Amino acid sequence: MDNSINIERHEYDVVVIGAGGAGLRAAIEARQQGKRTAIVCKSLFGKAHTVMAEGGAAAAMGNVNSDDNWMVHFRDTMRGGKFLNNWRMAELHAKEAPDRVWELEAWGALFDRTKDGKISQRNFGGHEYPRLAHVGDRTGLEMIRTLQQRVVALQQEDHEQHGDYEAYIKVFQECTVTRLLKDGDRISGAFGYWRETGSFVLFDAPAVVLATGGIGKSYVVTSNSWEYTGDGHALALLAGANLINMEFIQFHPTGMVWPPSVRGILVTESVRGDGGVLRNSEGERFMFKYIPEVFKDKYATTEEEGDRWYTDQANNRRPPELLPRDEVARAINAEVKAGRGSPQGGVYLDVSTRLPAEEIKRRLPSMHHQFKELADVDITAEPMQVGPTCHYIMGGVEVDADTGGASVPGLFAAGEVSGGMHGSNRLGGNSLSDLLVFGRRAGAGAAAYVDALPARPKVAQEQVDAARTEALAPLERSSGENPYEVHHELQRTMNELAGIIRKAEELTEALEVVEKLKERVQLVGAGGSRIYNPGWHLALDLRNMVLVSECVAKAALMREESRGGHTRDDHPGMRPEWRRKLLVCSTEDGGSITVEEQEQPAMRDDLITLFDRDELSKYLTDDEMDEFDRIAK
Amino acid sequence: MSYKAKFRIWRGESGEGKLEDFTVEVNEGEVVLDIIHRLQATQAPDLAVRWNCKAGKCGSCSVEINGKPRLSCMTRMSTFAEDETITVTPMRTFPVIKDLVTDVSYNYQKAREVPSFTPPEGVRPGEYRMQQVDVERSQEFRKCIECFMCNNVCHVVRDHEENKPAFSGPRFLMRIAELDMHPYDVADRKESAQEDHGLGYCNITKCCTEVCPEHIKITDNALIPMKERVADRKYDPLVWLGSKIFKRAK
Repeated sequence: MDNSINIERHEYDVVVIGAGGAGLRAAIEARQQGKRTAIVCKSLFGKAHTVMAEGGAAAAMGNVNSDDNWMVHFRDTMRGGKFLNNWRMAELHAKEAPDRVWELEAWGALFDRTKDGKISQRNFGGHEYPRLAHVGDRTGLEMIRTLQQRVVALQQEDHEQHGDYEAYIKVFQECTVTRLLKDGDRISGAFGYWRETGSFVLFDAPAVVLATGGIGKSYVVTSNSWEYTGDGHALALLAGANLINMEFIQFHPTGMVWPPSVRGILVTESVRGDGGVLRNSEGERFMFKYIPEVFKDKYATTEEEGDRWYTDQANNRRPPELLPRDEVARAINAEVKAGRGSPQGGVYLDVSTRLPAEEIKRRLPSMHHQFKELADVDITAEPMQVGPTCHYIMGGVEVDADTGGASVPGLFAAGEVSGGMHGSNRLGGNSLSDLLVFGRRAGAGAAAYVDALPARPKVAQEQVDAARTEALAPLERSSGENPYEVHHELQRTMNELAGIIRKAEELTEALEVVEKLKERVQLVGAGGSRIYNPGWHLALDLRNMVLVSECVAKAALMREESRGGHTRDDHPGMRPEWRRKLLVCSTEDGGSITVEEQEQPAMRDDLITLFDRDELSKYLTDDEMDEFDRIAK
Repeated sequence: MSYKAKFRIWRGESGEGKLEDFTVEVNEGEVVLDIIHRLQATQAPDLAVRWNCKAGKCGSCSVEINGKPRLSCMTRMSTFAEDETITVTPMRTFPVIKDLVTDVSYNYQKAREVPSFTPPEGVRPGEYRMQQVDVERSQEFRKCIECFMCNNVCHVVRDHEENKPAFSGPRFLMRIAELDMHPYDVADRKESAQEDHGLGYCNITKCCTEVCPEHIKITDNALIPMKERVADRKYDPLVWLGSKIFKRAK
């Protein structure tokens, strides 16, 4: 067995943790700028959660509607995030997304085309013009494969020049990082283990880019893969960096809930758009009970009128199944809590009574296939069971918009693990473009940081020893508590008490449970050897999930309003005075989380004047509107 | 609704192992991967299995179920009789790391040996113009989720370790075809397909096509056309034979 003296050791300029869209784009950039780069990922190369993305990458190329430009995209993004976004990130994202998409094409990506041979763009919720570059409904896979193949292309260049594929960029696959190391204030490396052998590995590196994705595995029902255990969020916290916006989590109203094998997988909104109706266990089309006052004049109040809308939209109002996502999710939640849910804890979504079978297969082919293959449900003949599913966290590491740099020198973050870009709610399609734009920027930021360093930080032996002891602990408690049970209780707690609809008592209770789970995480044990031992891996991931869950629940308890991906039953409605308040999570001792308010800088004059006064007045305080009037004059 | 199923799962590491019997609860609607997860949570916490998206999109959970290569997340328990013993073993063509997890580095090595996309000089990003009909051929192959079941099932390497150095398998022969059919790729890939990647070893038995979870017509649409392109320069009796035996898909 290795001891801390002879741990496998690698020296790099930049270590990228995570091999999804953001991580690969960051690594490509760092290598292109001449840095020796390591990509460290928990799964096999090319399996990252990015492959699950379907819709497309939003980029204002104007291929389908030439009126589109970065300013329109910027406005849409700020609106989607309810104006809480880091506006500089939203600006850079909107300006640079087209170049990042075109670049993929030059690396071999094959997007769907327009008639004149350009990249085709599709409509999506919240985007004013057709904007999403796509490949059928598998855009994420195309992106991962293209970036993966770009990494290989760079390795081939290096092989030609240096005789070694891995001279400048190497993938450490199925390798998990458990600790970041520091020399004083600065990053000096990272410590982890090989999943395959269980032996440890030390990266001696002045710069680390976090690109680890989200936190969905803290919830029972999620569209996220097993890797989403909040590793990057927790590593950043433990290294002394801040997280922002952790209270904002996007729950999609319709995920599959049954059968268990597919729990959480998304059911596209198009099902409702094409006439799917929601019913409870009593057969009642319940959405009519949940039309909020502000929408009363925009939605049908009877089933007859709602039904007529599908054929005559000019003379009828739309059915309430098509209310905004948070409204629908809240209604489904209320029905289930009232005991009118389906046997597996969702409600019924039925399109079979609206459309003939052939029409359903034509309009919703992937949904038909998904339910047929995975659930043995024929959606042309029977209803689906659906419920809200944890989909995406808007919150993450607080970074400098231009460089992706965190407050800890040498630490960078990009993609879902970073916070700010999407404000309180992300628009569909803005995730894939976010990965590319800020992956590249973080890779460049890390490279520039390394160039400017006067001296290489040193890895401290006592930190390596501590990390090794921490990682081995669960194996030394082989008769300790079952990690799978602790994980399940955390997931149930977060789902029930810090989920889509929140209230103070429940969040307080969630925090009490999390506090107890923290103690239990210290006691979990893993039997078996160090070779590919999933029980051990989970035991180590639990530290991260619990830490991140505490951030979510604490920030959610503090924010006394409802905005985007944060709905407080006891504080409905947006409050303008909360708009510029960011809740910043940090930890002193690695054990408990502190949350503090911080004011977000005011939007630059040339950006805020891109909006109409009327629109801004719905979001800004009176003082802010006075300021706007002065600028706009 | 719920019943006890009999499973036989290959367990072992470092080259040694055996089939172990388990009796485990099965609920309605579950897939084989759910059952393996239940075993981990209740009976065998260190049972090793690779998985990721659990929705048939990432290609991580390839195993052999009753001897057939399958994605365990897409294999429903309802396809088996309740009294049937279900045997789950790792992919046979690759060395076992532990239990159901195999060392698939062969595939990554082969991927690295296929020369990358080579666009013509002087075309800048944003200037690419392609028609949908021209990208669709390669798009079919880019649906590949790299589950590596085609390489696992291919008899050229399945029980013939000695062929591995000279043969890249259906996955990467298809990758060469994909690049060869890319409207902007200018590299000449025919000779390399035959000489460096062993296209000639393929005798179009279509085993790869049969196991592909993405239903890509690997043999008909990638391998045979690639053989024909090669045969323009070099006579290959199998192409001739293939064109007599198999009807070509459109």
